[in-house]
Amino acid sequence: MTAPAPGADARRITLTVNGRRHDVEVETRLTLADCLRHGLGLTGTHLGCEHGVCGACTVLVDGRSARSCLMLAVQANGAAITTVEGLAASDGTLHPLQQAFQAHHGLQCGFCTPGMLITLIEFLGDHPDPDAAAVREAIGGNLCRCTGYQGIVAATLDAARRMRAAP
Amino acid sequence: MSEGLIGRRLPRLEDPALLTGRGRFVDDIHIPGTLEAAFVRSPHPHARITRVDATAARRHPGVHAVYAYADLAPHLTANLIPADNRHLAFEANSRPPVLPVDEVCFVGEAVAIVVADSRYVAEDALALVEVDYDPVPGVSDCRAALAPGAPLAHLGAADNVVKTFQTAFGDCDAAFAGAPHVATISLKQHRGSAHSIEGRGVLARPDPVEDRLTVWSSTQGSHRVRNTLVELLRLDEDRVRVIVPDVGGAFGAKHIVYPEEVIVALAARLLGRPVKWIEDRREHFLAAVQERDQYWELEVAADRDGRLRGIRGRMIHDQGAYTLLGMNVPLNASLAMPGPYLLPAYQLDVTVVATNRVGVIPVRGAGYPEGVFAMERVMDSLARDLGLDRAEVRRRNLIPPERIPFDLPLKSRDGTVTRYDSGDFPLCQAKALAAADYAGFPARQETARAEGRYRGIGLANAVKITGRGPFETAIVRIGPSGKVTVHTGAMPMGQGTVTSFAQICADVLGLAPEDVTVVAGDTATVSLGIGGFGSRQTVNAGSSLLLAAREVRAKALAVGALVLEAAAEDLELRGGAVWIKGTDRQLPFAEIARALGGGVGYARPKDVSPGLEATGNFMPPDVTYGNACHVVEVEVDVGTGAVQILRYVVVNDSGKLINPMIVEGQIIGGVAHGIGNALFEWMGYDEGGQPLTTNFGEYLLPTAPVVPEIEIHHVVTPSTVNPLGVKGVGEAGVIPAAAAIIAAVENALEPFGVTLAEAPISPGRLVELMAAGRS
Repeated sequence: MTAPAPGADARRITLTVNGRRHDVEVETRLTLADCLRHGLGLTGTHLGCEHGVCGACTVLVDGRSARSCLMLAVQANGAAITTVEGLAASDGTLHPLQQAFQAHHGLQCGFCTPGMLITLIEFLGDHPDPDAAAVREAIGGNLCRCTGYQGIVAATLDAARRMRAAP
Repeated sequence: MSEGLIGRRLPRLEDPALLTGRGRFVDDIHIPGTLEAAFVRSPHPHARITRVDATAARRHPGVHAVYAYADLAPHLTANLIPADNRHLAFEANSRPPVLPVDEVCFVGEAVAIVVADSRYVAEDALALVEVDYDPVPGVSDCRAALAPGAPLAHLGAADNVVKTFQTAFGDCDAAFAGAPHVATISLKQHRGSAHSIEGRGVLARPDPVEDRLTVWSSTQGSHRVRNTLVELLRLDEDRVRVIVPDVGGAFGAKHIVYPEEVIVALAARLLGRPVKWIEDRREHFLAAVQERDQYWELEVAADRDGRLRGIRGRMIHDQGAYTLLGMNVPLNASLAMPGPYLLPAYQLDVTVVATNRVGVIPVRGAGYPEGVFAMERVMDSLARDLGLDRAEVRRRNLIPPERIPFDLPLKSRDGTVTRYDSGDFPLCQAKALAAADYAGFPARQETARAEGRYRGIGLANAVKITGRGPFETAIVRIGPSGKVTVHTGAMPMGQGTVTSFAQICADVLGLAPEDVTVVAGDTATVSLGIGGFGSRQTVNAGSSLLLAAREVRAKALAVGALVLEAAAEDLELRGGAVWIKGTDRQLPFAEIARALGGGVGYARPKDVSPGLEATGNFMPPDVTYGNACHVVEVEVDVGTGAVQILRYVVVNDSGKLINPMIVEGQIIGGVAHGIGNALFEWMGYDEGGQPLTTNFGEYLLPTAPVVPEIEIHHVVTPSTVNPLGVKGVGEAGVIPAAAAIIAAVENALEPFGVTLAEAPISPGRLVELMAAGRS
């Protein structure tokens, strides 16, 4: 479904996703989100609005959060990308933020969750000891219709504590 | 282990997969060879279709098919989405077509489907489908639609009135005659959308080997989709399987069967290939249902002490272009108005009006937010007019606990008397006022005003019908593996249903919740299913599950007693086996399942039915009513009109709680939705019906910085009409929220002479009202 159509403008690119290298040929117009989801089968990254507002599709590109619906796959050529599938340890142990999301009911339907987690991973890297207001500001660009954000904020503060205690 | 699983804040079983990207939403299902679809949609609110020519689109490389009405009609038994709600009968002109024949009635109405190798190619080809439209005048505002000579929402209709009905009890004439206080109040509430973060989506796979059709749909009702496909595509029930994968929120928008689900399923059959359509956000704005457009004109009669004598008036409800679920929303709104209050006489004349906007069905709350808004605005106006405290006026009118169960002389949708089975409304209000320090508010307000800041407090009460039957099946099955599986027609869509149900089942069978697998939303495993709406699933399916699990428990004990040669009362269920208490002698479920499965040579009691399994079909004798009181404190920036919510207190009574963490999550999410309805979510249309807000830049959802911490207190009066004692909670949070917030904003702006009669209310509108109040 993401193989270039015959005659379409296409490029061969290299993406390193969650530490694994992928060489793929993509149409130049293919979004990074569709490349990850449909080309590489990493369906954890979700599309909620496809115009850059809801944040569900957020991934890390070379360590910085980006809306994968607003970025073309070819723009990520050569980049290291982290998606929600890459957050847990290789032995399956959940990241402290993932654990805290479960403990504090930080998700309901789970559709916005990948973007929330990625956004907050970046945020906690920059702000290891935030207050609730800062957390709310940090996810101000991620929409959740289920939780009212409260469990997400509580989870993030708890994860920050855990991560400071065991860096 | 079995003790105390009910009522515990257990972590959700759903979470690990969802936290690691292993959830499986409809667009995550990849079947090789799948084609992808996009829809040609009307750009006009109202137009005749004079020609559809897909020649160029069909020639476009990568396009497999383009189907418009004429292409699909021969394969459909009817071109109307079936009605399965017989209450207050549908009007002939108001059911949506699968595809329009020659007239489109709202922007976004699907006119044709393009099926291609990818969504990218399908969207390329949309522009090549030539549709000749002959635009005709449309009507947008439901009041304008009633004016003589107004454009007709449907060509050929006599007028735009879909239905008129009256909700009434008591003697209004007597109530108003000689009433010491009579006032009028006009209210306006505006529509918004559901906006689950996952849109709608459907994937259909034909299986030529078995002549079956498997459909994965992001829906609130697997069986309703199945039944619709069976009817319209003329298929046998056992040839169609509808599976609901993980659903990324729904909130009402996925409650009905949409034309897109039928068209995609038919396209897959015609092409012999899997076909997938995933709704994008713009399509959700245009073509997914919306709710809340109503205009209320009320007259209220009261005694000098604020006690209600009667309310009468008229409500105009915008139904949009199509009636998709009967009169559900306007009827609910009219029934919701009395709420927790003693109202001696009531008469509401409702006019349901067709407009050229997308159709209306319940969006989280289903008419209750509108009815509650109306009643709570009445309460605040009474307090203002009579010089009484707003909480005190309410207290005087609340139904006292000694009058519960309380029969409201109103027939519900099922034709039964409206009976509040349980609840303590004054207690809820008193607790909410105490928690929010309502008594201390005047001092806080005064202090703030001295500093040039404007604080306000507001409160609202609500009662919500929940747990509507007639049933929802739950089956408990234990096979030779010894594993416990629950099958149900109930539909999870983010509410934690799997965890709550696992708790109920595990509690009875002496298991840990993670030992129970809950399979929901698959028509192949349960013959009947009603679905997820109206805060009904834990009441219905949860109770069915309790009964089924008890039956399985009894069967296990009977076999255990026979095989272990012990009295049933000496046995206990623990860890997937029947044990003789205080000994190491046990019989695993797997062995019992083999015995009851007909295994040769196994001992089994003669009077125990086959299979270590049971089906529960609890039929609640009546609905059950939850209630809540919300108290909100806000500060309004009188320069910009920005509203900041400082404190939000909820006292909620949803009866017994299976998992309080999950219940609180439902309430908080509902309150956030209500904050949107009060302050942000405004789905705009121009005078002709052209949508004005079709992205998240123009239509604002509540974000984390504007949603405060919600403080929740529970009052538990168990429901008396189901064995779990539970009441539904999915909609509880949203219903009084907008009413309470608008009241708080109004209170903050009292010095400016501002009264509020609408929702949502934007900062700009507040500035305008303050300016008007000053002059």
